[in-house]
Amino acid sequence: MSGAELTREVARRVFASEFNDSTYAFKESDDERAPNYALLPTGDRANRVFVVGTLTETEDVGEESEYWRGRVVDPTGTFFVYAGQYQPEAAAALRDTEPPAYAAVVGKPRTYETDDGTVNVSLRPESIAIVDEATRDRWVVETAERTLERVEAFEEWEAEQEPPESGSTAPTNEYAKMARERYDSPVVNYRNDVIQALESIEGTQNPEPTT
Amino acid sequence: MSDVRQHADDIHDQFSDHIDVSVDDVEDRLSTLVDEYKVPMDEARRSVTNHYLEEAGLEREDISSGSSEHVNVEDVDEPEQWIDLTAKVIELWDPRSDSVAQVGLLGDPTGTIKFTKWAKSDLPSLEEGGVYELRNVVTDEYQGRYSVKLNSTTVIEELEEEIEVGDDTSEVEGALVDMQSGSGLIKRCPVEGCTRVLQNGRCSEHGEVEGEFDLRIKAVVDDGIDAHEVIFDKEATEELTGLSLEEAKEMAMDALDTTIVADEIADDIVGTYYRIEGPTFGRYVLADDVSELDGPADAEQLLIKARSM
Repeated sequence: MSGAELTREVARRVFASEFNDSTYAFKESDDERAPNYALLPTGDRANRVFVVGTLTETEDVGEESEYWRGRVVDPTGTFFVYAGQYQPEAAAALRDTEPPAYAAVVGKPRTYETDDGTVNVSLRPESIAIVDEATRDRWVVETAERTLERVEAFEEWEAEQEPPESGSTAPTNEYAKMARERYDSPVVNYRNDVIQALESIEGTQNPEPTT
Repeated sequence: MSDVRQHADDIHDQFSDHIDVSVDDVEDRLSTLVDEYKVPMDEARRSVTNHYLEEAGLEREDISSGSSEHVNVEDVDEPEQWIDLTAKVIELWDPRSDSVAQVGLLGDPTGTIKFTKWAKSDLPSLEEGGVYELRNVVTDEYQGRYSVKLNSTTVIEELEEEIEVGDDTSEVEGALVDMQSGSGLIKRCPVEGCTRVLQNGRCSEHGEVEGEFDLRIKAVVDDGIDAHEVIFDKEATEELTGLSLEEAKEMAMDALDTTIVADEIADDIVGTYYRIEGPTFGRYVLADDVSELDGPADAEQLLIKARSM
């Protein structure tokens, strides 16, 4: 595989609380076709994410043409999913689904600045599928695992940073460095969100397969 | 232990059965070359090894490779083992981090395995398609998948020979996040030995032909770390969806549209977690054995870990 060949971007697993804090967007090169990334506060880049949560509300917020907004809720917060005429399948899914329902969304992070200057992060879906509770629970556990891995890597990197003179042998973690420069909120918050998310599904799971 | 000392130890181990030589002696020879003459470690090691070979009147094949064992790719089944491999570089991938100099896929007749070469190890570059003897690489495991890491003690020797890379079964576990175009009810070129998928009734090789219907799925299965492209052939598609080729044809006939089949299949499988096993073919995994992951997920272990961090 040559370096020039486009490789498919991985769908990151990220909880809503962290996703909504990922307000800094960047590109890796000046090429106008270079992919956009959202910077995750735990120190990774996300061009695409996979989320599963409860679709609690859908609304057509479009003026001239249909523009659907869905609220997809996970144990830590809410993803705002917007689909219009350029995402016809996803828009149809939001139009046709009767909330509440478990929804699996593959999509791209998008940021927009409101009039008062705050940056909001939303999700532009590539696909929306209606799934079951077991899939939601699996996603929560998987996302918890991926998030902990990022937090761990971030903390390892951070521990290597002081004293600064020892920096030469420290492993580089480009996105952790970028996250520390761009964001204020400490990564321990996301670890706490992981605990909260896992606690919310632990015990609710039925050990017998439900039909 | 310093790098030089580590290498000296390795060389000493190789010769200790054959000649009377001390580790210090080996280390002196190595450090003369490396520290004084600034010879790269792998070259120095080669030169010192040759010196002792001559002294002992031995051929290269006569000596053991020291602390690491020469194994086949398929035998890698434990992390943190020091091994030697003879393998071909099948693919090089783009490193995701500055700490990685090269990352890619190695293969030998028994299978394929991922390798990582650290930037700080300062080793020569591997080339795609090249065959190498890699001594002193260390195995690693992540979620049941094995890889090897090239480190500062690794010795890389390019070989002239060509080796056949074996058909390797890989296992992919993750969410099916996308179904790509060219999936569902498709038509293939009927010319013998062609089987190309037709685009608007045309074969890119044989032009307009009367195509033959087939079912297949090209999908992406993603675990949040890697995205794997997976192909389901007719049998695998029928088993996954419960939809037979005949039923798919009827469905398309009723709708006067073949795309309805892909739409139905996508509704059924996108967003679902699967475990897929099958041989790899270029960048694709061919789905041989597919199971849906619908059992309860284990939150408890992870919760213990999260609380203790």
